[in-house]
Amino acid sequence: MLVGEVKSLKEIYGSDLIAPGHRACAGCGALVAVRQILMASRRPLIVVSATSCLEVTSTPYPQTMWKVPWVHLLFENAATAASGIEAALKVLSKKYGRQEHYIIAFGGDGGTFDIGIQALSGALERGHRFLYVCYDNEAYMNTGIQRSGATPLGAATTTSPVGAKIVGKTQQKKDLMEIVVAHRVPYAATASPSHWKDLMNKVRKAQSYDGPTFIHVIAPCTRGWYFDPSDTIKMARLAVETRYWPLYEVENGRYRITHPVPNPKPLEEFLKVQKRLNHLLLPENAEILERLKAYVNKRWERLERLSACFA
Amino acid sequence: MALLQPKTLKPMSTSEAIAYAVKQANVDVIAAYPITPQTIIVERLSEYVNNGELDAEYVAVESEHSAMSACVAASLTGARVFTSTASQGLALMHEVLYLASGLRCPIVMAIANRALSAPINIHCDHSDVMGSRDAGWIHIFAENGQQAYDRIFQAFRLAEDEDILLPVGVNIDGFFLSHAVEGIATMSDSEAAMFLPPRKAKYYLDSSMPMTFGAFALPDWYFEIKHQVAEVMERVPKKLAEVEELYYKMTGRIYGHVGAYRTEDAEVCLICAGSAAITAKSAVANLRSKGIKAGLLSIRLFRPFPVDSIIPHVKDAKALIVMDRAMSPGAPSAPIAQDMKAALYDSGLNIPVANFVYGLGGRDISVVDFENIVMKVMEDLKAGRPIGRGVRYWGLRK
Repeated sequence: MLVGEVKSLKEIYGSDLIAPGHRACAGCGALVAVRQILMASRRPLIVVSATSCLEVTSTPYPQTMWKVPWVHLLFENAATAASGIEAALKVLSKKYGRQEHYIIAFGGDGGTFDIGIQALSGALERGHRFLYVCYDNEAYMNTGIQRSGATPLGAATTTSPVGAKIVGKTQQKKDLMEIVVAHRVPYAATASPSHWKDLMNKVRKAQSYDGPTFIHVIAPCTRGWYFDPSDTIKMARLAVETRYWPLYEVENGRYRITHPVPNPKPLEEFLKVQKRLNHLLLPENAEILERLKAYVNKRWERLERLSACFA
Repeated sequence: MALLQPKTLKPMSTSEAIAYAVKQANVDVIAAYPITPQTIIVERLSEYVNNGELDAEYVAVESEHSAMSACVAASLTGARVFTSTASQGLALMHEVLYLASGLRCPIVMAIANRALSAPINIHCDHSDVMGSRDAGWIHIFAENGQQAYDRIFQAFRLAEDEDILLPVGVNIDGFFLSHAVEGIATMSDSEAAMFLPPRKAKYYLDSSMPMTFGAFALPDWYFEIKHQVAEVMERVPKKLAEVEELYYKMTGRIYGHVGAYRTEDAEVCLICAGSAAITAKSAVANLRSKGIKAGLLSIRLFRPFPVDSIIPHVKDAKALIVMDRAMSPGAPSAPIAQDMKAALYDSGLNIPVANFVYGLGGRDISVVDFENIVMKVMEDLKAGRPIGRGVRYWGLRK
């Protein structure tokens, strides 16, 4: 039974639910995260994907990488598809003895922060039992690196380029976790594939709740962030170590930082290794860098205060 | 056919009759968002579920886009699924409609046909369904509440047939039918269960046989998969006839792909869909009593367009009058007339077609209107004026 806490790699060995040979880019952070999440997941399981890199790289008809029942409908309705499956299983198990399943829905940041947020909000409000995972590479990578609501301030994308007049994205990243938490879901957490044990135990904790739960996982993108494919986990770890990507959970409203970072590396360490952000280190962009740093620091301080409240 | 005794009829609005049929069809999942004029259908269904009269999950979604999305997902999980919508709701569902057909989901949806914005208008016309007519759905028009009740059972039986597996829209005219009360003959619950046993899906989401639904297909496969929907459509008329035959044996009621009234020797034949057919029928009766050889053909199965059922009824007419309750701005004809003209051409028939658009946004059409339309076309014919070019608008204020 996949229910207890994951303590060692040995426990999850052989529980892979995706077949080798998918078509994602070498070093794709999303695929690493998805693989970890599925390994940790309770069974039996049905997986839903929104339109995204995950969907197009995993199911080129007539092939599939999924060893679990899997469905894709559209870009914006993964949360609703999960609702429909959950409702159907609930009634079919009662009427005809069908087996209940755990349900995980995967959406990218575009399909979650932006076009899919209404469907997500509706599903969270209705209280369906499923885990929604947003894998966040901070742009519309599947369509060609356009800015999304998840793109950080100053980042260069194809629709927020570094121009002579406007430098990268002019707005801060939308705080999706807070939006989800405002729905009073029993469990919401952030995660990173660099901290796999933390991630896997969050999956198991999420699935222990009878209601909608949420995991926001960072998914470094070699194409959109411009880094060497062998550096994916390094990028994810840097995001955590600079406090850019705080690892925390909100369990029944109680905030807890699950991986304290008492001595953070300077944010510059995370920015300088990716072409989408390293222009922020130029002197003429100092003001943007300061605003981004302030955003990161303010959020961390707030999380610390909230965690202290509930300690 | 056995005559119905008034005491066996239950007074119900068409919306209530549909909800009652859906309950008797023992659906598993209903996902819906309220929109006028279909709301009574989902209100009644909510009552059935909350009173424990119907063992189903009612998912009160946050939009019609999600209503159809949840329906598709529930259907792929193996459930019998129903929803209902109208107008803007159907428009908002538009992209999901293609999933229901492409993923071969036997969903049944009642559509209380209503005009589209702008300007906003809550009343009847067929603009909504015509806007989604190419989405790969089977579409049936009901002329009254009884047909709507009966078609729900037939729609599920047809949709869930392994040779079909396509979604079905049962169209009722908003307000004119949705809110009109009439005596409805109903089946007993056991008769309904006999006609429509629980759905047995062959392919569905389950860990005992993991399958991938909704894979993406590149140019090497997309065309073939889409073509399957067209192939299935070709089988629908025969299958619907079989389903109707079974239903007839149980209830004594049968409707066919088209409803023909005095078409056998008609010189001028009216063609329309929905509740207007009942009005037009009275007009034809009146015209006949005056010695005018008029006829009526009601399009009951709209998708697939039942060409083989239509042609024998109209082939000897001197002129056809196609009445459309929707526009197709800039097109040479409104939607049903486009189909009719194509059907005639393919059949080698050169019968002139007068195309009238009427009743948009709920504007009424009366028996006298239909009589006047027939008289006007006959006058034109007699005077040698061409009747068959462009679209005319009946009842439009100058």
